[in-house]
Amino acid sequence: MELTLDEVRHVAALARLGLTDAEQELMRDQLSSILGHINALNELDTESIPPTASVAALQNVWRDDTVQSSLPREQVLMNAPRQNEGCFEVDTPLGGEESSS
Amino acid sequence: MSAVAGTDALHWLTASEARTLLDKKELSAVELTQAHLARIESLDPSLNCHISTFPDRSLAQARAADERIGRGESAGLTGIPISLKDVLVTTGTQTTAGSQILKGYESPYDATVVQRLHAQDAVFVGKSNTDEFAMGSSTENSSYGVTRNPWNLDRVPGGSSGGPAAAVAAGEAMLSLGSDTGGSIRQPAGFCGIVGLKPTYGRVSRLGLIAFGSSLDQIGPFARSVEDAALILEAIAGHDPRDSTSAPMPSPDICSHLTGDLAGVRIGVAEEYAVDGMEPGVETAVATAVESLKDAGAIIKQVSLPHTRYALPTYYITAPAEASANLARFDGVKYGLSIDGGSLREMYEQTRGQGFGPEVKRRIMLGTYALSSGYYDAYYVKAQKVRTLLKQDFDAAFADVDVIVAPTSPTVAFPIGARLDDPYQMYLADVFTIPANMAGIPGVSVPCGFADGLPVGLQFLGKAFDEATLLSVAHAYERSQPWWRMHPELGNEI
Repeated sequence: MELTLDEVRHVAALARLGLTDAEQELMRDQLSSILGHINALNELDTESIPPTASVAALQNVWRDDTVQSSLPREQVLMNAPRQNEGCFEVDTPLGGEESSS
Repeated sequence: MSAVAGTDALHWLTASEARTLLDKKELSAVELTQAHLARIESLDPSLNCHISTFPDRSLAQARAADERIGRGESAGLTGIPISLKDVLVTTGTQTTAGSQILKGYESPYDATVVQRLHAQDAVFVGKSNTDEFAMGSSTENSSYGVTRNPWNLDRVPGGSSGGPAAAVAAGEAMLSLGSDTGGSIRQPAGFCGIVGLKPTYGRVSRLGLIAFGSSLDQIGPFARSVEDAALILEAIAGHDPRDSTSAPMPSPDICSHLTGDLAGVRIGVAEEYAVDGMEPGVETAVATAVESLKDAGAIIKQVSLPHTRYALPTYYITAPAEASANLARFDGVKYGLSIDGGSLREMYEQTRGQGFGPEVKRRIMLGTYALSSGYYDAYYVKAQKVRTLLKQDFDAAFADVDVIVAPTSPTVAFPIGARLDDPYQMYLADVFTIPANMAGIPGVSVPCGFADGLPVGLQFLGKAFDEATLLSVAHAYERSQPWWRMHPELGNEI
């Protein structure tokens, strides 16, 4: 399983993860090697095996729909890098160069 | 580094011993806390177990504990000095997860386990070191420097919970809490010669544990004895409505089940728990331990866990996939590092690119790849199916035995730097601990001797929600051996 640099860049873009050129090359080599080990799973025939997402023997954990207290706004915002009028502040999400790389 | 047998020093007491002395007023919580804070001050410049300490606050908690003891109202952990892995959010101090991206982050709330310990007036002595976001097997991935193994300062303490493990092994804390996603409690406990318990998935609330692999993560204790591990498990376990995966059952009664009797207990040995690269010293120590279990009256039975060798590759799809989703929240908007990039997208990419270290980036990439369009079925769903097989292996084995015994790790603590260049070699350190996380069952590592002067860990695995039997067996083994009373000779004995 050999990844290409284009695949590395595509995955990094999906993850919104900035990687330097050197990191991209290292990632290509290391991920290819790790995926090589992971491909051992293809030795197993799992056609009729159901998947397990969680081992917790719980389904649909409900609670009553009651009003509960939440954290005060100033505590929620106390670590915010930027805030404005009691809200988190970010640059405008529209009009940017949202590329599909 | 040579081992020394237990002394009367306050920093080598077990929590159960300290409880008795505290309640008889032969020792105060302030004295006990001062002894551990002095240990941190003298040893941490070389060991680096802690990222943050707050001695004034620790002593204030100790004074509150002494008042409570004075009123005759002490609980099991009142006045006991405890270190918290720095992935457990705690008000009043920073919680970093070992990452630059959370440097200086102060949580607005306490993790459920922190609240429960606080309710008993336990004393927090510090926030301890961890591989970044608990991703690693050596604590070398921490942005706050490596923690050194108290038995040999050139060796790793294991990981990811290397800080809390080394802190208990070095007498900097009497107990500590870590988290275990693929072995991050049991493996460092083995490397540091102490007890480390991963409870059943769902036994302990994960609220306030910074999430890594949500279907695998579980909080658990490090301790100097199995009895101490049981004591703190009783304090932190039990249903929490704010963690919907926490099991709706009360905290178990475990301490009263620690009988020390192994007669008739069925203990399974699996041939699959032997791999290439297993150190002879580890093999010998574990084989000797199995013989001693037999001598104590246990019935040793062969069991088969045929899919064991697929656990590691399954884990390295499942855990990174869950991590890549969990770590999406670190985006420079709500908390943590934020690097202005000119546009929102550039800000995300710069912040995450500069805030995360190499191993975290590797796992985000691996997980994102496994979940991406075109690869989801081949990797993520495939891993979920193999997870079913791994769980079925344990279900079948536990039809015949009460617990399973195995090595905790194939090797003793390895040299600092030895595995950094080959990620998969590092991952192999967890080959014997990962299956329990995949199946959700509890596991505990207890010391079983030494190889090349370094501790060897013996792992017991139990049935889901049967920590009582698991710890009873581990306790019986522990008390039949001298190892749990051995401490590293660190100099600076106070």
